[in-house]
Amino acid sequence: MKKGLKTQLKNQWQYHIMLLPAVILVFIFSYIPLYGLIIAFEKYNPGLGFNSPWVGLQNFTYLFSQPTFLRTIRNTIVISVIKLILGIVVPVFVAILLNEMVSDKLKRLYQTLIYIPNFLSWVIVAGLIMDLLGNDGIVNTALSAMGLGTINFLGSDKIFPWTMIVTDVWKGFGYGTVVYMASLTGIDPGLYESAEMDGATRWQRIWYVTIPMLKPIMVLMLVLALGNVFNAGFDQIYNLYSPIVYEHGDIIDTYIYRLGIEQAQYSVGAAVGLFKSAISCMLVLVSYKLADKFAGYKIW
Amino acid sequence: MKKKKNTAFHIVNAIFLGLICSTCVLPFINLLAVSFSGSTAVAAGKVGFWPVDFTLSSYKYVLTSGKFFRAMGISILRVLLETGLNLTLMVLVAYPLSRDKPGQLLGRKIYVYFFMITMLVGGGMIPTYLVVSGLGLKNTMWALILPGALPVSNMIILMNFIRELPDEIEEAAALDGATPFQTLTKIILPLLKPSLATVGLFCMVNHWNDWFSGMIYMSEDMYPLQTYLQSVIKDFDTLLLTNKSADIASLLAQMNARTGRAAQLFLGALPIMLVYPFLQKYFTKGLVLGSVKG
Repeated sequence: MKKGLKTQLKNQWQYHIMLLPAVILVFIFSYIPLYGLIIAFEKYNPGLGFNSPWVGLQNFTYLFSQPTFLRTIRNTIVISVIKLILGIVVPVFVAILLNEMVSDKLKRLYQTLIYIPNFLSWVIVAGLIMDLLGNDGIVNTALSAMGLGTINFLGSDKIFPWTMIVTDVWKGFGYGTVVYMASLTGIDPGLYESAEMDGATRWQRIWYVTIPMLKPIMVLMLVLALGNVFNAGFDQIYNLYSPIVYEHGDIIDTYIYRLGIEQAQYSVGAAVGLFKSAISCMLVLVSYKLADKFAGYKIW
Repeated sequence: MKKKKNTAFHIVNAIFLGLICSTCVLPFINLLAVSFSGSTAVAAGKVGFWPVDFTLSSYKYVLTSGKFFRAMGISILRVLLETGLNLTLMVLVAYPLSRDKPGQLLGRKIYVYFFMITMLVGGGMIPTYLVVSGLGLKNTMWALILPGALPVSNMIILMNFIRELPDEIEEAAALDGATPFQTLTKIILPLLKPSLATVGLFCMVNHWNDWFSGMIYMSEDMYPLQTYLQSVIKDFDTLLLTNKSADIASLLAQMNARTGRAAQLFLGALPIMLVYPFLQKYFTKGLVLGSVKG
């Protein structure tokens, strides 16, 4: 034992060698960009890079005078909060119903089918949605055949956010369902049996046995999602939006992209990014604290 | 009496859930039907879940233009290289960081904070873009691979796995005079294989599905598949109209932008669909892995 410890100490340098490549790469691609956020307080000049002339809060005062920026904050919060709530309610609902099924075969088939969209990229799913919900897509063809007229799912500013919410929940509910089903299989069957002996109806059983079992994981999912309130889904919205829906569909991330990358206004783009990460970071820290407090879940 | 009522519930429940499931299946069947249908039938809204005026024109287009398969090749190369790099770095970080007894690894706390902080804060889109392009990596595979070289959250899963291995294994190795590198390759790595398969699969799916870095860092002839598909869903109509090739002009009699898009989206979704049984199995297992606390 003693000898083992000595060899270990003598050979410790090898551990540091192992860590070195990752340390270098993380330093370059995570820490230098972090330092690069300094351009939010500068007037970026490609020749000078991160050491461009200092302008203080000018980029921020400019931003907060822009109604096009302020509306992205509102849109981001509205879209992501509704997604967050439905993203928990729908999978819990489906998991409870699946849990009530008698045929294991059918149950497994259903679980397999609803989990598929989760693995496809938003590009493919967006293409699919454009095809289905477009003006000549199958949904509008069916609606007009029923005499209901067509709905402009992607081109109407009022409807667009709802299209985003519903399709996002659709893509992700299979994953959530699998998570909740996993904690349901852990329920002691004895609990159900004794509930039945006590003459509990199906609804009482769900209400008093199933839902309380799901509560800790639901709280955990809710709390962890809190840190994501400022991420309303760039991949989805960028691939489906258009200028006509900016009023209620433009979000912080798409705004950063257009400003920073398309229009090369790097400093203003970085200022939006800094604003967003500062708030997100606080939210994440709060959510970790809450997760620890309410669900006993430690992130690290 | 009670039994009967239950059965009625079960039937309604099964049908209701079946309807929900069908929303995850029917869209893909419709897409497939559109991709095999003639352009006139599609434009007239006649195509439901079965092709009308069956034609292979849209798929012939994909073959003739060649862009789809070139992009797919780039994606495959990228996924293999990046996943390889991810796995190597994750193991090289997770193993030393799992040495958490006093004196085992000098500065372990500093390393842990160094990596964990990147999960909490980052430079975001613009500074990262400026760093990658400033290093001259644009239009090279490195721009796609290096920024995400170490997936920290997956590394933590591996680290926790190694921590839970019985200490005796490594103590025995150390007694035999094995160096850390020898212990890692001879003892830890074989035990780590199943977890590496799971974590590697997570990484592969993420890299395969990534379209954004391809869009901002690569020029059109270097697009990975998802970025190419992104350009297809955004402006395939103009792409088709401006095409001057005679081969493609002859196909346009039976296809249009919509059927061509459908064919490419379907082919794009196919690789994931084919490995789906594995994905389902490993990702469900990964949920369990991920729930192991640090």
